[in-house]
Parts: sequence; structure tokens; C-alpha cells
Amino acid sequence: MQNNSRPLSPHLQIYRWQLTMFLSILHRVTGFGLAVGALLAVWWLMAALGGAKSFDHFHDFTHSLIGQLMLAGWLFSLVFHFLNGLRHLVWDTGRWLTLKGAYASGYAVLFGAIAITAALWFYAGR
Amino acid sequence: MTANNNSSIRTPLGRARGLGSAKDGTHHWWVQRVSGIAMVPSLIYLFTQLPQLVTHNHDAFIMWLQQPCAALALSTFLAAAFYHASLGVQVIIEDYIHCEGQKVALLLVNKLAFLLLGIVAIYAILRINFGLIG
Repeated sequence: MQNNSRPLSPHLQIYRWQLTMFLSILHRVTGFGLAVGALLAVWWLMAALGGAKSFDHFHDFTHSLIGQLMLAGWLFSLVFHFLNGLRHLVWDTGRWLTLKGAYASGYAVLFGAIAITAALWFYAGR
Repeated sequence: MTANNNSSIRTPLGRARGLGSAKDGTHHWWVQRVSGIAMVPSLIYLFTQLPQLVTHNHDAFIMWLQQPCAALALSTFLAAAFYHASLGVQVIIEDYIHCEGQKVALLLVNKLAFLLLGIVAIYAILRINFGLIG
């Protein structure tokens, strides 16, 4: 079935890292992280349904170091995937499909996501 | 491509439908975008509600979720998000799992897992809204 002696295209490791490939990979990684994070959202709702005790139990977890790291990563993933998803929608219309457009929007999405994540984190914790 | 293209074994009808070998055409691509856009308004609303979302106070959280606006925003967001997630995870499985048996099994698990998660989330929101807590 498979012919393993065929020549292969250059592997990922051979390329110099660039913003555009980094953001493309980050879009997939954050998307997968959010999919796994769906479990956390369902646990949260079931804990609220279970009553005050199970709700406390859930928040004991979110207040642990691992829980805080997961929440921060989840929030960043949500914001980044949201903004970069909008960037993809613009590309779907044929706009920004240039080196300049891809880089300018890429930097905007990356730094925008960091700034909005930080702002939402402090807003949530007021 | 000319009408009398004898080098292709595709029928003219197959070419006109444009659904390809998976009989799916651009459906996956399209619903991924539709479910993504569907999340935009509810997500922005939920961001404005963040302090209420992360509260540790059970009574306060229940009060918040029992508002129609909050319950509808959260359930529509989660429904669209879980559908969008299953579409995304499907592509990841198709990209990286090359053993046909494993691939089909994981695709099934993916679909069913997100369906189940969605049902459980909506069930919890409905019960809380009907006051059936604990």
C-alpha cells in the first residue's frame, strides 16, 4: 500500500520560524485547547447545578496554581482564536492576502489578543 | 475544462454537482464559518459579564444564570462552540491519524463526545433556570 521510499517534501523543522506560520500553528493549538477546555465549562455548569458545595469544589480547583494557569491559557486561547478567526474571515473575502496584509494583521491579532486577555483578566478579577 | 473531456472519468453530472469524492463539497468549510460567526455576538456579551461568570458565590451565579439574556447567550454560545470544536477536531484527526481504523473510531468519538457535552451543558442550564438545583 504505502511506498516509503518516495521523496518527502522538506519537513517543518527545516524552515526558519516566521510570524505567519507561528500564528497558523497557534490557531490550531488554541482551537484544540479550547475543545479540551469544553470539559471545564461543562464541569462548571454541572457543579453549579449540584449546589453550593460542588460549586465550591470547582472553585477550589480554579483557584489552585494549575487551575489559574489553565484559566489564563483558556482565556488567551479564546481571545486569540476569536481574533485570528476574524482574520481568517477577512482572508475568505480575498482581502489582506498579501505579505504586508498577513504580517500587519498578524501582529495586530497577536498583540491585540495579549492586551485584551490581560484587560479581561483584571476586569474579571475586580 | 471542455464539455467533451474524455480524459476524465467523472460524469458531467458529478462535475456539475461539485461534491467531490466525499459527497460533501464545501459543506464542512461553510458550516465552520457559520458556527464561528454565530459565536461573535454571544461571546462579546459574555465578555461583558465576566465578573458574574467567574464569581465563587453560588447564589449570585445562579441569579445571574437565571436571567433570560444570560441563559440564552450562554446556551447559544456553547451550542455553536461545541459544534465548531467538533468540526475543528475532526480536521486535526484527519490530518494526523493515518491508520484508517483508528481514524474512523476517533472521528466517531469526536462527534459523539461533543454532542454529549452539548446536551449536558444545555441540560444543566435548563435545570438551573427551572430552579431544579442540587
